[in-house]
Amino acid sequence: MNLKLQFSKWFRTNSTIVLLLVPLLLLALLTQIFGGSLLYRIVTVLFINLLLVLGLQTFMGNSGILSFSHIGYMGIGAYASVLFSMTPEAKAATLPDLYPLLQNVHLPFLVSVLIGAFIAMLVAAVLGYPLMRLSDAAAVITMFAVLVIIQVVLVHWSAVTNGPRTLYGVDNYTTLWVSVAFGLLGVILAYYFKESNIGLMLRASRDDRYAASTIGINIVNVRWLGFMLSAFMAGFAGGLWAHFITSFSPYAFYLSETFAILAMLVVGGPGGISGAVIGTVAVTFVHEGLRQIENSVNLQGGGLVGFTEVFLATSLIALLIWRPGGILGGREISWPRRKSQSQDDQLLSGSEKS
Amino acid sequence: MLTIDFLINTLSLGSLYAMLALGLVIVYGILKLVNFAYGELLMIAGYTLYILGGLSTTLPWFVIAILAVLVAAAISYLTEMIAFRPVREKSLTAMLITSFAVSTLLQNAALLIISPRARAVPLPDFFSQSVALAGSNIPIRNILSIVTAVVLFGALSLLLKYTVLGIALRAAADDFRMTRLLGVPANLVISTAFIISGFFAGVVAIFWTARTASVTPTIGAAPLLVAFVACVIGGMSNLLGAVVGGYLYGIIYSLLSLWLPQYLLDYREAFMFLIVILILLFRPSGLIRGNASSERVG
Repeated sequence: MNLKLQFSKWFRTNSTIVLLLVPLLLLALLTQIFGGSLLYRIVTVLFINLLLVLGLQTFMGNSGILSFSHIGYMGIGAYASVLFSMTPEAKAATLPDLYPLLQNVHLPFLVSVLIGAFIAMLVAAVLGYPLMRLSDAAAVITMFAVLVIIQVVLVHWSAVTNGPRTLYGVDNYTTLWVSVAFGLLGVILAYYFKESNIGLMLRASRDDRYAASTIGINIVNVRWLGFMLSAFMAGFAGGLWAHFITSFSPYAFYLSETFAILAMLVVGGPGGISGAVIGTVAVTFVHEGLRQIENSVNLQGGGLVGFTEVFLATSLIALLIWRPGGILGGREISWPRRKSQSQDDQLLSGSEKS
Repeated sequence: MLTIDFLINTLSLGSLYAMLALGLVIVYGILKLVNFAYGELLMIAGYTLYILGGLSTTLPWFVIAILAVLVAAAISYLTEMIAFRPVREKSLTAMLITSFAVSTLLQNAALLIISPRARAVPLPDFFSQSVALAGSNIPIRNILSIVTAVVLFGALSLLLKYTVLGIALRAAADDFRMTRLLGVPANLVISTAFIISGFFAGVVAIFWTARTASVTPTIGAAPLLVAFVACVIGGMSNLLGAVVGGYLYGIIYSLLSLWLPQYLLDYREAFMFLIVILILLFRPSGLIRGNASSERVG
């Protein structure tokens, strides 16, 4: 009985996470059972996007600073992980100028992705610490500057990235369930970070930075921690994505992708995990669906380039006019409170009058 | 090394950059909006040149050019009215994302409606001619861009100093809320700022497209980045800062091209943005300070 009480108490405070994980898991299961190769592909991308967008939410949603550099860390994670996971033969073929030190390294898939994510986090930590003092427009422009710098380096550092050309020969390790597992882990991580002490301090600094520093919150430090976690998640998503798509160029990590993930986050509402999840699911399906239509029209000789983006951008503008805080406006979905539950709660916390 | 043609070329580059920065800052000063759709205004002016140049061969070039500038100003006004005005009061982040969305929308609309491939823009003959000056050949285009910039800056400062609208614009950049309390209509001021912004984008577009004599859907990205850097160098909060920043950008960029070793030349853009980050860290209000801004903590 006590166990049941404890569970219902846990469920009442954590119902959001259950309500988010269960439908996502169902979606993955249904895909596994009924899905064709197209759905399989879309859902795999969806869960990678989920990790990526939740990474963005971890920083942007909690700190209120618009981060344009996020996709750059995804790029770093993708390239860094690939350098460790590719076989020496594949590396010799696609990256002939690679440094000898890296030439013969060959590590398991997940270890490589983890290393890639750590490298992304390290870059974010070094670049980010001085930037965390900036807010508003200055922060937006510097974040944008960081994205441009990362892009320029990726395009020109031929020894490691094959320059502007496509890097190929990556093995496909990211299956549906790998992506689902880490997407769901991302939900849990982002949720509990938001609810943690640091997350709370970060959100306090977002709502009023003077009041927050008055009560002793070191804004630069909490922002920095959030930023590093955010870059780590983006880097991890990048590693997973690289081992799913298997060939890519630096241009996959620039402005149109930045727009796509910003749309995913903003549609649902950047302030909450639920908003990020709903936005990612909705935008990924719309994005991939329209992309398919676009491609099939183009195959038949029609010119329909850019239709997906036009549609997404128009709907995003309309949505921002209608609800500038996103569909959910930063709230979390949670189980509606029932009488019996609040009684359980009273039993546990002693007999207080409500 | 510092010959007359290097000097003129640098000055001409600086003039373009200064006009770009000015167009961005005039909106930023009032709305605090970093307008990501600014680069697309150049693209629109470029496509207007292409379309009008293709439609009629009888229209003289300078009429086409003036029409292109006017179209850019009109589109700038339309984006303000349709997209920015409804979100303006709500949140800065919403406005920034809106501007990013407008940029994506315009760029992809060009892809969808016209073509991903480059399109030729009409150029008058004198754009490709040059004159001999102190022993070196100077393209007329470069001299023209310097003259245009000087004339436009003069006209704008007259407008800002001696007309009611100009004074309202300056007051709004100083303290928007107070200006509104004094009875200046907010929509009028903001629309004017957007129109001036589009006007400058259109003027720069004529010179910018002339470099390759063509226009592509992504042509707006590079000038946008230039305008960002120039604004930050000069200071985001006043117009003089933007102009100074634009010229400084031209000078620094030319010098980097001259001094950087070959293998680092590709990273020139990265160096420019590194300068931006350093300036924002150590002198966040730019070289020329306007009003106190509270953009930094710690």
